[in-house]
Amino acid sequence: MITAGDLEALRLTLMLAAASTAVLLLLGTPLAWWLARTQRRGKFVVEALVALPLVLPPTVLGFYLLLLLGAKGPLGGLLSSLGLRPLAFTFGGLVIGSVVYSLPFVVQPIQDAFVRVGPRPLEVAATLGAGPLDRFFTVALPLARPGLLTGAVLGFAHTLGEFGVVLMIGGNIPGETRVASIAIYDHVEALDYGGAHGLSLLLLGLSFTLLVAVYGLNRRVRVMRA
Amino acid sequence: MRPLLLLWLLALAPTLPAAELRVAVAGNFAPVLERLAPGFEQGSGHTLRPSSGSTGRLYAQIVQGAPFDLFLAADAARPAQLESRGLVVPGTRTTYALGRLALWSPAADDVDALLARLQAQPPPRLAIANPRLAPYGAAARAWLVNEGHWAALGPGAVRGENIAQAFHFVASGNAELGLVALPQLRLFHEQTPGIAWTVPATLHPPIEQQAVLLRDSEAARALLGWLLTDTTQAQLRALGYDSP
Repeated sequence: MITAGDLEALRLTLMLAAASTAVLLLLGTPLAWWLARTQRRGKFVVEALVALPLVLPPTVLGFYLLLLLGAKGPLGGLLSSLGLRPLAFTFGGLVIGSVVYSLPFVVQPIQDAFVRVGPRPLEVAATLGAGPLDRFFTVALPLARPGLLTGAVLGFAHTLGEFGVVLMIGGNIPGETRVASIAIYDHVEALDYGGAHGLSLLLLGLSFTLLVAVYGLNRRVRVMRA
Repeated sequence: MRPLLLLWLLALAPTLPAAELRVAVAGNFAPVLERLAPGFEQGSGHTLRPSSGSTGRLYAQIVQGAPFDLFLAADAARPAQLESRGLVVPGTRTTYALGRLALWSPAADDVDALLARLQAQPPPRLAIANPRLAPYGAAARAWLVNEGHWAALGPGAVRGENIAQAFHFVASGNAELGLVALPQLRLFHEQTPGIAWTVPATLHPPIEQQAVLLRDSEAARALLGWLLTDTTQAQLRALGYDSP
């Protein structure tokens, strides 16, 4: 029921989710920190931008990403002029797409966690002589750990479920951009329901396990705090 | 209230004899049908509601009971399978066009340069329709295999969900080369710079595009008959199909 091609697709999906989550944590954590702490009046505009992928159809994201990443696009053109291949139809292009697509799922929980930490622990740390970086790494980050964990798992799980964006910018290349959701689509279209079941059940189990882990962890943290 | 009712009846009256036909149409033929449909609609009074996709996808939808009156496929295999499943109106399976495949590169200046690109190093990004779902994709793969290019170009080829997506991948500049349907190039010639070369029909398995009636009606039979008229067939030849 599960072919070598299916396993390849599943491996790609997991790699894509892992790479996207890593990039999202690196970019999303400072962004969430800034959103949680800034007093600027324009903050809500940035918040709206971060939340956009929640409401935009993946076709809109996919369409603009294809124009951006393709050989004629600004980013693709830049890469071509540097002698590199454009990013459309590559694994790297999918990572960029997934980062945009899953951004709110990572930034929002982390931002909430930073807000919940509040200014007090940081002020205390400052009076004890901790510098800004020190305060961030030794006080804010550990206290916001449940939020970071939730953001990471949600980002990972949401990327597992990505379909529309990949359909538009992936090009369905085996071993490079044919992720599990696309392989399932192919199986269904070809009436290979056995193959579709195999991969679908695997994804179902994986996603459920991940979410159980998130909710379980969050519960334990809450219990510990109480 | 009464004038409204009268208006409603007036609006309804002329539509009563005319029907609305739901047509499942393969990606390559969708823009062609859109171009030619007004001729049929004005002559018959019926209106067309086309839904386009890969032949494989539409086939799967029809098997699951999608409410189409007519299926304009891009191959003979799926209509035959529908027939053997007893899902078509008996005796209506007809070849309405023979598809032609074209190799197209927006960047090439002449045919020699175009064909040389097939062997370029590193291999160029080639767009085809998904061979598993789309007959034009299957024909493209067969031709590439026969010519010995599949090993170099096949694994990295971008697979469009149907021939329309493959066409879009090249037209948007994201793939350097594409194996597309000739009528797409003819219909969109203003947006298709570069050079195209029509793959000789003898070099790939024939793309025999068949139609089947899924629900019997006067209107659906009229559409099928119209497709096969000399006038329509001449228009199809002008757009790059061969006549059956």
